[in-house]
Amino acid sequence: MSAATSPGDFRRPDTLALAHMWVAFSLFAVGTLLGLYQLLERAGMVPASARTYYGSMTLHGVVEAFVLTTFFIVGFGYFVTATSLGRAVRWPRLAWIGFGTMLLGTVVAALSIVSGNASVLYTFYPPQIAHWTFYAGAALLLVGSIPWIVITLAMQVRWKKENPGRPIPLSQFGMASCAILWAWTMVGVVVEVVFQLLPASIGLTQTIDVGLARALFAWTLHPIVYFWLIPAYVGLYTIVPKAAGGYLFSDEMGRIVFVMLLVFSLPIGLHHVFVDPEQAAGWKLAHALGTFLVALPTLLTGFTVTASLETAGRLRGGRNLFGWIRTLPWGEPVALGGILAVVTLLPGGFGGLVNASYAMDAMVHNTQWITAHFHLIFGGTAVTVYFAIAYYLWPRLTGRALYSRRMAAAQLWLWFSGMLALTLPWHYLGILWMPRRIAWAPFDPQIVARWRPYSLAMLVGGTMLVLSGLMFVANLLLTHRNRNAAADREMVYAETMEPVVSVPALLNGFTTWNWLLVVLMAMAWAYPIGQFFFMDVHKTLVWGVK
Amino acid sequence: MHIHPLEKRWAAISLLLVGTLGGLIVYTAVAMSIHPPSNVEAIDSTRLHLTPEFSEENLGVKREKDGTVVARVVMARFMVVPHEITVPAGVPIVLRVATPDVVHGLHVAGTNIGTQVVPGYVSQVRTTIDFASVARIGVRNADGSVTVPLFCNEFCGLGHQSMWGRVIVTPK
Repeated sequence: MSAATSPGDFRRPDTLALAHMWVAFSLFAVGTLLGLYQLLERAGMVPASARTYYGSMTLHGVVEAFVLTTFFIVGFGYFVTATSLGRAVRWPRLAWIGFGTMLLGTVVAALSIVSGNASVLYTFYPPQIAHWTFYAGAALLLVGSIPWIVITLAMQVRWKKENPGRPIPLSQFGMASCAILWAWTMVGVVVEVVFQLLPASIGLTQTIDVGLARALFAWTLHPIVYFWLIPAYVGLYTIVPKAAGGYLFSDEMGRIVFVMLLVFSLPIGLHHVFVDPEQAAGWKLAHALGTFLVALPTLLTGFTVTASLETAGRLRGGRNLFGWIRTLPWGEPVALGGILAVVTLLPGGFGGLVNASYAMDAMVHNTQWITAHFHLIFGGTAVTVYFAIAYYLWPRLTGRALYSRRMAAAQLWLWFSGMLALTLPWHYLGILWMPRRIAWAPFDPQIVARWRPYSLAMLVGGTMLVLSGLMFVANLLLTHRNRNAAADREMVYAETMEPVVSVPALLNGFTTWNWLLVVLMAMAWAYPIGQFFFMDVHKTLVWGVK
Repeated sequence: MHIHPLEKRWAAISLLLVGTLGGLIVYTAVAMSIHPPSNVEAIDSTRLHLTPEFSEENLGVKREKDGTVVARVVMARFMVVPHEITVPAGVPIVLRVATPDVVHGLHVAGTNIGTQVVPGYVSQVRTTIDFASVARIGVRNADGSVTVPLFCNEFCGLGHQSMWGRVIVTPK
């Protein structure tokens, strides 16, 4: 790994990173409040209103899934690239233009949603069409992240040229895989927005090819989850072991995992339309098998991160088979966040395997099971690591000591238990056929009565999550204003158990993997997307949302 | 480049796990013909009411000439037409569903009937309803049949939650 870097070593992008992350985390807190409102509305504790409910749900989804993630990842990404490669961000003005574009897009889309003109939810399935400002805002958010992709890769290419034969630091290797994945990922939704949704929302077209739109969105819908997850894995591999006082178990396995995440998560999006009538069974089965492959890097990560934590526990005096667990630094927020995130991966990954199981998906498709699954894997695992990373970075970025370690640890436990209290009953409600995304439940009382106790448990979980989210933001804010200076501002990454002297070219760059992706994506999507251009397609009329 | 022996062993276990699960899926698909609904059958949804199959008098449950029971349903914002269908348990049935407007989802409690309903396409589900399963969660009627709800489970507009119907299942 690279040597430690302090703010003065070169123009470290501390402000750039902070600006991105503050947007991410302040909107994240607003988003959790919306989530609680939705739970209260469904429990009948606030006046029922479909208009407010679906508007709130659209904003909640857009804020947590698109705004929190993109801003956090881009900000964290600049910081990781600069500190791993030991140089200033290239083209800093371009980076700030990207930030401004993303922010503008966020504001435009948020206003569009709040005005009630865009209640199409964050998945915006046509032929329901929102006001054009919604798509324009979303497009700006996407476009604003492109400078980050360019800068991340340009800096890596230049570093490689100047350091021939040296392995790229794992932290940078992971963020580069994330940037490349993001470029591939956005193609589907960008084509859908530019060629289908924007023309329909402006009124240029009155009809839309829904099958094509669903295929293009499915292209994006799976890898986008890994765009959110890879930075969390970068944190688990390169920051958490250090904070826990241990060593990274294996650098090479980390590289293999990042390559796998990139290559496997892209050509499998059809599993989001397993029960759609416009795609054939054979293609769905092919994508289902690919979906199982993407479980591999996560299984490997679970092992490597646990093994790295074990080195920390043993260095701290842990003995015997499980004794090291007790001696882990449970009061250290960064380590604790990593531990809880890995624990959350277990039920989250299990649910994912059920969803991936082809015909079995029909049992849980679009029920609360699905909502539970992605809250657990995204809100549980990914966001918990985002918290841990923030606790690690805030003193380094602001130069102020973390306001309260105890509050941070309490916040993480509260988030962990709240997420379980929310999602475990939610999974069960899904098995009891409760549909997702309903403002209330006007069904036969027998079935509604069966759901009630679990709905109440969710309410408890949701309240815990809101409290935890506010504690998190408060702690960051108080850190920022803390009179006590941080002990040190050096950015250090975890060291590997055995030093990495050289790695094969395949694990030190992405050219070959990109070519492989060209082939795999053509195999996976040429027919499922291409069929709409030669089969007998009937376009359908566009529908408004009010 | 070195990979720890423990890591190699874990990688092998992971591969075995993933391979077993994938193998099971392929086995149930190929040998037992268990697939999600995927018939890829186009229909002009803007003229749905004019197509003979989904015209009003043809909706509901019919026994075809070859003896199969076919239920035809239209899902439109925000209703299920007909609102109530009666199907027998224990015999193979076919559900054919279409929509004149936006994307809907159809999910029948107590059964494995679940499909997206996409404008421009006919969704088709072939299944056999297990009476014991619906009896566990449904409402028992005086004649011995059981009523279970049928939900729209894809967001289809501000009235989405009000879009549901009933399936009455008669014992074999």
